Amino acid sequence: MMYTFDFSSLWAYWPEFLAGALTTLEMTFAATVLGLCIGVAGAIARGSRHAWLRVVAGGYVELVRNTPFLIQIFFLFFGLASVGVRMPVLAAAVLAMVINVGAYTTEIVRAGIEAVHPGQIEAAESLGLSVPQVYWYVILRPALERVYPALTSQFVLMMLSSSITSQISAEELTAVANNIQSITFRSLETYIVVALLYLVLTVLLKSGFWLLGQGLFPRRRRLGTPL
Amino acid sequence: MNGGFSLYYFYYLLEGMGWTVVLSALAFVVGGAAGFIVMLARISRSAALRRLVFVYVQIVQGTPLLIILFVVYFGLGIFGVEMPPLFAAGLSLMIYCSAFLGEIWRGCVEAVPRTQTEAAECLALTRWQTLRDVVLPQAARIATPPTVGFLVQVLKSTSLASVVGFVELTRAAQVINNSTFQPFLIFGIAGLLYFALCYPLSIWSRALERRLNVSRRQA
Repeated sequence: MMYTFDFSSLWAYWPEFLAGALTTLEMTFAATVLGLCIGVAGAIARGSRHAWLRVVAGGYVELVRNTPFLIQIFFLFFGLASVGVRMPVLAAAVLAMVINVGAYTTEIVRAGIEAVHPGQIEAAESLGLSVPQVYWYVILRPALERVYPALTSQFVLMMLSSSITSQISAEELTAVANNIQSITFRSLETYIVVALLYLVLTVLLKSGFWLLGQGLFPRRRRLGTPL
Repeated sequence: MNGGFSLYYFYYLLEGMGWTVVLSALAFVVGGAAGFIVMLARISRSAALRRLVFVYVQIVQGTPLLIILFVVYFGLGIFGVEMPPLFAAGLSLMIYCSAFLGEIWRGCVEAVPRTQTEAAECLALTRWQTLRDVVLPQAARIATPPTVGFLVQVLKSTSLASVVGFVELTRAAQVINNSTFQPFLIFGIAGLLYFALCYPLSIWSRALERRLNVSRRQA
């Protein structure tokens, strides 16, 4: 019944923990950038004039948001390998993350786009702005600014769910922990340490996104008012 | 292909799906009860209690569910008792639900106009009466759509219980895949079964939200 915690035997593994945390951050960074691109494209597609584009984008969003990430990973990694598409573990893990977060981002960005007042778009058109200009200056930038908090918390959630990619042994933080606990037999201590590392990563990511937001959206910083 | 996918395997998947539903219901009900307490603590008058529960929520929301699952699983293990995987999975999902539902519901309680509470105070209702008879019934209406939405999240999260060996839908699919080696088919079917569980809930949540917005616009 008495259990003595022994964290000291884990000290020797700090380079592994650090490397795992860095891999998690790198995967998160890649998935954030690519996921945002998919999200913006998906959101535009969902509001498109062409019905088939709306159906495809809508189907993608519903399919991804209503199935577990773990199943998506298995389907991508094992399923695609069985039909001959082989890819490195890390690439498959990042691809799964991108597909997953892209669907959530699509919905968030779409909500932002729908909140743009139609009068603003009409005003921009009557000022002779081209379609890309309207999209960039009048629709996307205010939309992204408005949904920035929701977007960033979605990316933090994705960082946390990247732990699930350890199930196809992508060498991120959780997989590193699985290895270390199988060597040291200090399972509970290992996972407590890793839980703390994830907490640190969460705080880092949140602060990073906050700083980025300050730089990206100077209007809010100067005026302090929501859009 | 050795073996091949037969109807027998499909029944096995359905059985796993049943356990997915059981685990989700368990996590949601017990986690909901704990989440209610979290919500009460977050709106409590005691600053110390508010801060303590805030830290709890931040820790749970800042750690992957998979890691919570491992900590609970191995943490229970040190007591030397062989823990059934259902218990470890249920407990970690309960912790997860309590933090997220607690925060969702706190937001809903705070979305009830302040004047309602002030009016109740003027009528000399006690704090508990105010909460039970005035605030909570209104908050419940606001809370239904996001709560149903979160239920989808819980259903999907139960797939992680497969990691500690609990045979729910994902684990069942893995077991079958290990003998038939048809991952494309089997994980595809498992995905569709999850979709069949989650999609109606998603639609329901959206319909509830639309109805709520209509009543708000009229008010």
